Amino acid sequence: MAVQSPVRAAPATAPREPGSASRRRSPVSWVRRGGLSTLLFLLPLLIVFGVFSWAPIVQSVVMSFQRTNLVGPAEFVGLDNFVQVLTDPLLWTALENTLWFAFLALLFGYPIPLVVAVLISEVRARRGLFSALAYLPVVVPPVVAVLLWKFFYDASPSGVFNTVLGWVGLGPWQWLQDQGSAMPALVLEATWAAAGGTVIIYLAALAGVPADLYEAAEIDGAGIWRKVWHVTLPRLRTVLLVTFILQIIGTAQVFLEPFLFTGGGPANSTTTLLLLIYDYAFANSLGGDYGAATALSIMLAAALAVFSVVYFRLTKSWSGS
Amino acid sequence: MSRGIVSPSEWATARIRVVLRTLQVLLLGGLLLTGLGPVLWLAKAAITPTQDTLRTPLSVFPNGFDFANLVTAWTRVEIDKHFLNTVVLAAGSWAVQIIVATTAGYALAVLRPRYGGLVTGVVLGTLFVPSIVLLVPLYLTVVDAGMINTFWAVWLPSGASAFNVVLVQRFFAGLPREMVEAARVDGAGPVRIFWSVVLPLSRPIIGVVSVFAVVASWKDFLWPLLVLPDPAVQPLSVRLPALQRYVELDVFLAALAISTVIPVALFLIFQRLFLRGGALEGAIKG
Repeated sequence: MAVQSPVRAAPATAPREPGSASRRRSPVSWVRRGGLSTLLFLLPLLIVFGVFSWAPIVQSVVMSFQRTNLVGPAEFVGLDNFVQVLTDPLLWTALENTLWFAFLALLFGYPIPLVVAVLISEVRARRGLFSALAYLPVVVPPVVAVLLWKFFYDASPSGVFNTVLGWVGLGPWQWLQDQGSAMPALVLEATWAAAGGTVIIYLAALAGVPADLYEAAEIDGAGIWRKVWHVTLPRLRTVLLVTFILQIIGTAQVFLEPFLFTGGGPANSTTTLLLLIYDYAFANSLGGDYGAATALSIMLAAALAVFSVVYFRLTKSWSGS
Repeated sequence: MSRGIVSPSEWATARIRVVLRTLQVLLLGGLLLTGLGPVLWLAKAAITPTQDTLRTPLSVFPNGFDFANLVTAWTRVEIDKHFLNTVVLAAGSWAVQIIVATTAGYALAVLRPRYGGLVTGVVLGTLFVPSIVLLVPLYLTVVDAGMINTFWAVWLPSGASAFNVVLVQRFFAGLPREMVEAARVDGAGPVRIFWSVVLPLSRPIIGVVSVFAVVASWKDFLWPLLVLPDPAVQPLSVRLPALQRYVELDVFLAALAISTVIPVALFLIFQRLFLRGGALEGAIKG
């Protein structure tokens, strides 16, 4: 995805010391000038990235046009895999579910960290305690968090959440067993698990707002709300735009929650795109449909890339930082 | 002292102060409930008998403790073995990531070969490829290499983290150039400069990368699930969902609690590093 970086990478080539450029470029002088040792230092990167990143990326594109099983040689089948995936009725269910998850995650998860971060940034004593508490769920291993919440969501009247509901005369709810509430339940846990990370990002951005901007606003007679609206939020615009697209990209690839909470059920109401990719490739113990899995993952990556580019084109004029 | 949105004179206003204080108390209460609450509940449930947890999950020790849960989980359910696997996986991933990131960062930021820009570009490019694209071909690579059910299948791919390389490279590029030059004038070779000048100056960034590496490894689920099908070599994250099916609830919750202890302890010890790293992650990923 063409996510633009506000942090620019350091220039990798810099002027060399005078004299070295004029020397003849023979292998011997290359070694003598440290060319070989430089290459040796780069070797771990080249091997690890080459074998475990660059090659698989290329292979993924190739495989999406192939029919592969682990026994026979792969054969090219043109666009068959793409056609197969696009005509799979489950794809549209998965797409709908993923969009629904992303929408709910924005609804629950986008405003909360911002409000929490702004409130924490105004705490004068023990601010560290506040941010540590907000971050704590991020530290709980995701698998543990899901399994713990699965128990909290227990549908019996003595389930943890249903007990709390019982105190105010509600419930018991079916939570994960109901087609309507399963997805919101997943989103609730995912928001709980991720919000702290976003809070920390916003806190760092808030600390970077210069105090004299607030002072200038006060001289102009601005109250607290107007300072938040006219100083704080505009200053956070860039980071808000970035966390928005990062959240979209992240939620489009949600896997852990549907996989562990519901396995895609009830009645495929929580089958997401990644769950579908996993099912194509690995659910069948006889050897997966790797062509379909890579075709779908390539389409997903391409869609996210296009979305990111369009998003940054559209928002470019807003994010003058 | 630095000020925030609310000015000192506004803090002095009684009405504003009462409202803000109330908000902050509510916030603290909310954070305690949502942030600490589930973790404390898990700690409590780990030493509560199954029947109590099932019937009255929110009462605190209605019929006493059951510390045996922890022992049963650790020994009979073999959490000790999976715990050790998790530690070994994290340690190996950490080592691979540190080696790749520091050597590459050094070569690209300090030695600066002519083709450095190209390498940096191709490394940065991988940041924009979602990991899901890699999943199937990477799995087949590991199968072909005969690394299934070995820790190498997790260790080696973890090194291909563009995020680490960028972080370290940017830090190395910011080191005072004069120190490297001085060492070179004194006759130190590239290896010596790397080991005795650059690395000792890089503790902060190595700390950040280390925390990321260990935490990411501890959290990882899908990849170890695929490449470590043999329960004997699985880490906690992969083993726990399977345990749920045949282990009694109190022992299962004890196992969950044990899995949470190390990351939470690391967080409490290296809080500053975590929070700084979290903010950095946002800056770079953006």
